[in-house]
Amino acid sequence: MADSSEPILRGVHTDAPHDSAARHVSGAAIYIDDLPEPPGLLHVHLAMSKKAHARIVRMDLTAVRASPGVVCVLTAADIPGDNDVSPVIKEDKLFADGVVTYVGQSLFAVAAETAAQARAAAAKAAVEYEILPHAVTIAQARAMGLTLEATQVMRRGEAEAGLAHAPNRLRAGFAIGGQDHFYLEGQVAMATPREGDMHIWSSTQHPSEVQHLVAHVLHLPHSAVTIEVRRMGGGFGGKETQPALFAAAVALVAAKTGRPAKCRPDRDEDMVMTGKRHDFEAEFDVGFEGDGTLTAVSMDLASRCGCTVDLSFAINDRAMFHVDNCYFLPTVKITSDRFRTHTVSNTAFRGFGGPQGMIAIERALDEVAFATGLDPLDVRIRNLYGGPGRDMTPYHQTVEDNVAPQLIDELEAACGYRARRAEIDAFNAGSPYLKRGLALTPVKFGISFTTTHLNQAGALLHLYADGSILINHGGTEMGQGLMVKVAQIVANAFQVDLACVKVTSTVTDKVPNTSATAASSGADLNGMAALNAAETIKARLVAFAAKKWNCAESDVAFTPQGVRAGKDLIAFGDFCRAAHIGRVSLSATGYYATPKIHYDRATHTGRPFYYFAYGAAATEVIVDTLTGEMKVLRADILHDAGQSLNPAIDLGQVEGGYIQGLGWLTTEELVFSSDGRLQTHAPSTYKIPTCGDRPAVMNVELWKGGRNVEETVHRSKAVGEPPLMLAISAFCAIGQAVAAVADGKLAPRLDAPATPERILMAVEDLKARARG
Amino acid sequence: MAPPMTDVVRFLLDGEARDLRGIDPTRTVLEVLRNDLRRTGTKEGCAEGDCGACTVLVGDLADDESGVRWRAVNACIQFAPMLRGKAVMTVESLGTADTLHPVQQAMVDHHGSQCGFCTPGIIMSLYGRAVGASGTDAPVAEVLAGNLCRCTGYGPIIAAAEATPSETAPDVAEGLKALAPGMLSLEYEDALAGMTRRWITPRNLDELAQATAAYPNPTFVCGATDVGLWVTKQRRALETVISLSEVAELKTMTREADGGLRIGAAVTYAAALNALSQMYPDLGAMMRRLGSVQVRNAGAIGANIANGSPIGDMPPALIAAGASLVLRRGDTQRTMPLEDFFLAYGKQDRAADEIVEAVIAPPPKPGVLFKVYKISKRFDQDISALCAAFALEIVGGTVRSARIAFGGMAATPKRAPACEAVLIGKPWTAETVEIAAAALARDFTPLSDMRASAAYRMLAAQNLLRKAFIESQAGAVETRVLEHG
Repeated sequence: MADSSEPILRGVHTDAPHDSAARHVSGAAIYIDDLPEPPGLLHVHLAMSKKAHARIVRMDLTAVRASPGVVCVLTAADIPGDNDVSPVIKEDKLFADGVVTYVGQSLFAVAAETAAQARAAAAKAAVEYEILPHAVTIAQARAMGLTLEATQVMRRGEAEAGLAHAPNRLRAGFAIGGQDHFYLEGQVAMATPREGDMHIWSSTQHPSEVQHLVAHVLHLPHSAVTIEVRRMGGGFGGKETQPALFAAAVALVAAKTGRPAKCRPDRDEDMVMTGKRHDFEAEFDVGFEGDGTLTAVSMDLASRCGCTVDLSFAINDRAMFHVDNCYFLPTVKITSDRFRTHTVSNTAFRGFGGPQGMIAIERALDEVAFATGLDPLDVRIRNLYGGPGRDMTPYHQTVEDNVAPQLIDELEAACGYRARRAEIDAFNAGSPYLKRGLALTPVKFGISFTTTHLNQAGALLHLYADGSILINHGGTEMGQGLMVKVAQIVANAFQVDLACVKVTSTVTDKVPNTSATAASSGADLNGMAALNAAETIKARLVAFAAKKWNCAESDVAFTPQGVRAGKDLIAFGDFCRAAHIGRVSLSATGYYATPKIHYDRATHTGRPFYYFAYGAAATEVIVDTLTGEMKVLRADILHDAGQSLNPAIDLGQVEGGYIQGLGWLTTEELVFSSDGRLQTHAPSTYKIPTCGDRPAVMNVELWKGGRNVEETVHRSKAVGEPPLMLAISAFCAIGQAVAAVADGKLAPRLDAPATPERILMAVEDLKARARG
Repeated sequence: MAPPMTDVVRFLLDGEARDLRGIDPTRTVLEVLRNDLRRTGTKEGCAEGDCGACTVLVGDLADDESGVRWRAVNACIQFAPMLRGKAVMTVESLGTADTLHPVQQAMVDHHGSQCGFCTPGIIMSLYGRAVGASGTDAPVAEVLAGNLCRCTGYGPIIAAAEATPSETAPDVAEGLKALAPGMLSLEYEDALAGMTRRWITPRNLDELAQATAAYPNPTFVCGATDVGLWVTKQRRALETVISLSEVAELKTMTREADGGLRIGAAVTYAAALNALSQMYPDLGAMMRRLGSVQVRNAGAIGANIANGSPIGDMPPALIAAGASLVLRRGDTQRTMPLEDFFLAYGKQDRAADEIVEAVIAPPPKPGVLFKVYKISKRFDQDISALCAAFALEIVGGTVRSARIAFGGMAATPKRAPACEAVLIGKPWTAETVEIAAAALARDFTPLSDMRASAAYRMLAAQNLLRKAFIESQAGAVETRVLEHG
């Protein structure tokens, strides 16, 4: 037995490695396409629409069926249940039925003995289209009046009056690009029929939704369908709703043929068929004092949602929720138009609309800084949320945990912001072609699903008689380290080493009716549910121990050295054995529902968020004003993860989120042709950051003062999404560097992503404006 | 005596000989590893050699048989017959989850994996660096440019790389010698494509001549960094493939009498990088951004030129340098200036059974200003929006000769005659440069595509000429962002 002062190995608040780390690095971590293929496996290929909007006049699949190796070809007519794979509003079809609404839409499935046979067969379909009018861009959808729902309005106070009486006022706007998830493991699903039931391996963040949709497609009860996921090779929101299509296709093939079936689209098919981050247009009208203090803000957001609703309502709502970011807007009106286009339906992506709302207000504050001649950081600080009277959000939630001022203060000092601004000004004065820019921006991100009922989670905990522990919960592992965090929580509860706690696949037959692992909520919700299960078992064990060792329940304690019961100290394994013999149930479910939250979507008011996560970043860039090429030189980040459950894992989320956000705002550009075809559908044309894009100087720290004021698990904070928005500082810094060609006096007109082309054109525009 | 011929692809996997028989000749190495050999640690992320999740090490016996040269390649665009006579190592070759190799342990210690899907490829790139594999004598970011990670932001991976000690790769030289591969010639009945497909790997020009005599309309392949995508992306069924990668005479790089460099068509970017860098530093810097370590370890300069890719980055620089091309058809050779080789989009001055034998890069002329610029959305491993090369001979402040070539500005790599004409005989001044820049609008009518608009391409092209001028001035100011950070 260990020394009595030794804590457990790798409990909460320690840098435990990812539970799969050793398997990742040795190639032993199994992803779905790595599983041994069951005998008789069929390979499924989904044929795709070639048109953006068209009526299918004729679809002759004779040649497809006759192609070598083909076992079955399935269309909408072959679906026993619902032709639906949608999360919210029934618009996403498994197979097109009469009309196609985007290039890449699933038309039919071919199942063959090999993937090559299935793919070759699908190409033999004779499909005749009658072309219908289509909208690819926001502007086209606006002109055609294509919206998903009425314009949404969020307001507090009278912004119109505020603007009318504002001492100063400016209007501007810009466009914000979308983003492909580019998870390294693409979409994949494999179904095995089991005595009338269906088991499906799915690379999904939302096993329960896949289960429910597959059940409805097959016309089976939910209980007859089991979805399993051990791990995903990345998700980022792209596997929240999108996997249902592929899972339903393989399930239907398996149900029809009685044979197992797998579908793994290749990278190009995946990128063409699946949704992306919404691209936005933001137009703002702001009133402000001479010292940069905002008096009124009117923000109009518009987004390209694609051809169906998917999650666009909630995503666009979250964009509105983050237009305030860290700032008090004395009077504010936010409108949001959700445009339907004949492009792939845009979907969840890390930040879920928040980044687009947030970058809009950051851009507005930069505009105010240019207009007033103040340092942008001073404008930001002047407008931060404060105490009573300056603490209410546009949706009428009071900000009770505002730590942005401290974070900014600490980061400003740590990164030498003021001195570097001066040094950069001097550099720019002496450098006619290369210009540097520095910007410090904060992040405040609301934590909770804004659809209140999703904020619940379940867990299933087994304590075996040898003292080993198995924990299962509804959360899924996509690389974010959720499994190890929950295991740490359980280890801590029983005061055993982390190695005693086994992490397993997420399976819908263990924990039912789960929410997606999304909204950064994985550890908050599932960690609490697991803790609840552990506390349930512990309570039984305490009662048992008090009786068996004849002591008060208060004298029973779980310690790293074993269970103490009065004067006795029993090794944990022996204790569990004794409890089993003493007929104590060593298995329990756990449950958690987030308290305090409520929201009225009709008025866009309430308390949608349990708490806020905060961060701040300062990024310095250099821009070539002859070519528009840009390099990030340095990033300093201070992020609030509360009392971090696992600082190493959380730092990984912060760094990775920042770089992913940097990609969104710089190199990652989605290009659609005028007929709605995605032109950038593979890494040869769609450029996510490489190793060399990481700034040579990158200082990332978790905020030492972090502690959640709300009673979250071990007072930690969610960390999945918020850091992505730290990269807004890079975009603002690029603006500063571009502005240097006109001595920093004019605001650049720069859209995101800031590719070399956009930067050079902004430089040219600014030079022309400076000349008058 | 007829050369020994074989239809078996024999290679070493972890030192042990493996045979592939009756294989589809354009089955990829990745498919062989994952499906036939159940080595599922190696992943498919893109099937086009851009993400590196499929990175494995391939070992070749050095030409003098002195040892084994290891190089990281993308298994997803290598064809199975290319393994003939090679040694292969995959992530499973290193350690198991219970007995990690130091490279693997360093990645665990530094939290270098999150979702883990890119990780095996990163492990192999880092292992390649640890054993001094081809192209790894470079900063970590350059070694890893061909390995995309979407989770970590790379910081922990860089830390792991820096913490990994160097070591010696297993010596499989004897095993490789024992393979002594004959000329590979295999046939495959492709029911799906409805044709007999074949692959031939000649070992010398004589065997190549025999092969092309028998099959005068083949697909020539060398490193498969281009042809690989015809199969994995365009799903083409290639009827007859003749590999040039083992033709001894094409694998050599020799110095010409005048100091020029004769680069055999099968010489990889990686093999030519140092020699070209010494001759043309700006070209060397550009080559380090061309593809990735894995791509440069497989792709061959001459073979890529032969395919006439309009997006290739080498031709503009080589054209500006005055390079020439040697072509061979059976016993017949001909030589032409490189710029004359590109006739139109996808069309080169090459007969179906003719190969590019070598590229000859002349020695740099003293006093010639030689500048190469590559502009792309991302610095590393991106196809250029445009690529520019300037070779300007300036004597006494006057431009005596000018060779200016661009990629990405037309359907082929192309010189800028109007611009050159303006410059020649004029004083090398800002005023001249402005007139010459305007002349570029007469030389080119660029297209708009997903990489850049026509307007950007023209403006950037003009600005690159201005940049070349600025950089030529004494006491020049800073002009290159990549020299920062």
